Amino acid sequence: MATRKLYGCVNSTSTLRALASLYEHEVEFEFFPVDLKNTEVQNTQTFLSLNPFGEEPAFQDGELILFESRAIMRCVFHAYPKPGKEHVYIAPKLQGMAAAWIDVEDHHFNPPASKLVTELVEKPKQGLTPDEAVVGEARSELAVVLDVYEQRLKETSSGFLGGDKFTSADVTHTPNLHYLMGTPLRELFETRPLLNSWCKELLARPSWAKVVDLVNKHTWVSNIIE
Amino acid sequence: MAAVPVKVHGPAFSTAVSRVLACLFEKDVPFDLVNVNMAKGQHKSPDFLKLQPFGQVPAFQDGSISLIESRSICRYIAEAYADRGNKNLYGGDTLHKAFIDQWLEAEGQSFNPPSSVLVFQLVFGPRMKIKQDENTINQNKAKLTKVLDVYDKRLADSKYLAGDEFSLADLSHLPNAHYLVTGTDVKELFMERENVGRWWEEISSRDSWKKTVELQKSPPPKK
Repeated sequence: MATRKLYGCVNSTSTLRALASLYEHEVEFEFFPVDLKNTEVQNTQTFLSLNPFGEEPAFQDGELILFESRAIMRCVFHAYPKPGKEHVYIAPKLQGMAAAWIDVEDHHFNPPASKLVTELVEKPKQGLTPDEAVVGEARSELAVVLDVYEQRLKETSSGFLGGDKFTSADVTHTPNLHYLMGTPLRELFETRPLLNSWCKELLARPSWAKVVDLVNKHTWVSNIIE
Repeated sequence: MAAVPVKVHGPAFSTAVSRVLACLFEKDVPFDLVNVNMAKGQHKSPDFLKLQPFGQVPAFQDGSISLIESRSICRYIAEAYADRGNKNLYGGDTLHKAFIDQWLEAEGQSFNPPSSVLVFQLVFGPRMKIKQDENTINQNKAKLTKVLDVYDKRLADSKYLAGDEFSLADLSHLPNAHYLVTGTDVKELFMERENVGRWWEEISSRDSWKKTVELQKSPPPKK
């Protein structure tokens, strides 16, 4: 069978989302780093032919070619279940309620979280100063969202967002969580007990350790994940 | 008469609400539309926040469950009522669903941001007497142009975004595109691209969308 391939950038949360999903399901694949600033590189050219929007990641499994990290994540969760570790629900009502939190991450958590990662993680690496006004606004926005999350975790009482077990609704958050917990904003999580446990649980998963290993191997500028 | 278990809370003119309505019509699922008077702040009331903790429309109920996020609600409707109405709306198998998901994500990540800004600037803003911002309009027209170029290329090879059949991925575009094509000069960006124009004519003439537009024109249901 042809090797499965993931094209992406190790410093992008979208690529990390796809990686976490593949490792979680013990899917064998080869990773092809893509440098979007360097379109002469073969990997990049192949990649651009896979994703019409030119944004990473892209996933190839035989004739199946997919872009958009959350679509890749959904497909991996449904297509590669492991016996006893099915991270999806068969019943539409349960799956519907769990999957809604993927969209909540997309529309409510990710906007402020990614602004904060840009300001507090990426800018310093490039020798730039964070914009305090942007940080302040995003922090306030995120705090409101995290209050909703704390309440949701109280309702599920399982330690997971989607329902009574780990699902894609949880893992979709891990890349941003990883970066945020390395900044002073970790106190937003540490001061919310259920959220704090949830965060620790996600970052301690063996699949996430594998993502970190891969990133470290491929990071050639500087270590961005400690 | 038995109570209808499916309830959609929100005004039909809201793009996110109309996305769900189109899906319900497409799947032939009966529902009650419950008005939410946003001008009076009903979407921030404690009762509404129990259904939608972010205070946004729509909120959705089906019997004992409540759901949020219009695209999630559409996926749920397609799965829970798989044997009703358009059976292929969300694909037949995991592979097909994956293609639909990919273009649903493209809609949410690439099409929705510039198109919703333009809907606000060119349609709702003027109704609310909010001054238009030329820079914002131009920037977002430029972004939307790039997205529609990608779509035009895709639709040269495929009747609909995810394949040969109409799917949730196409449906998800209807609300924003409708406002832009029927009420603004952004119509040209769609119609001057042959494949996008053809696709728009097809998807907007579906019965499900016509019924949704009718609801948008009707007075809100009384409680």
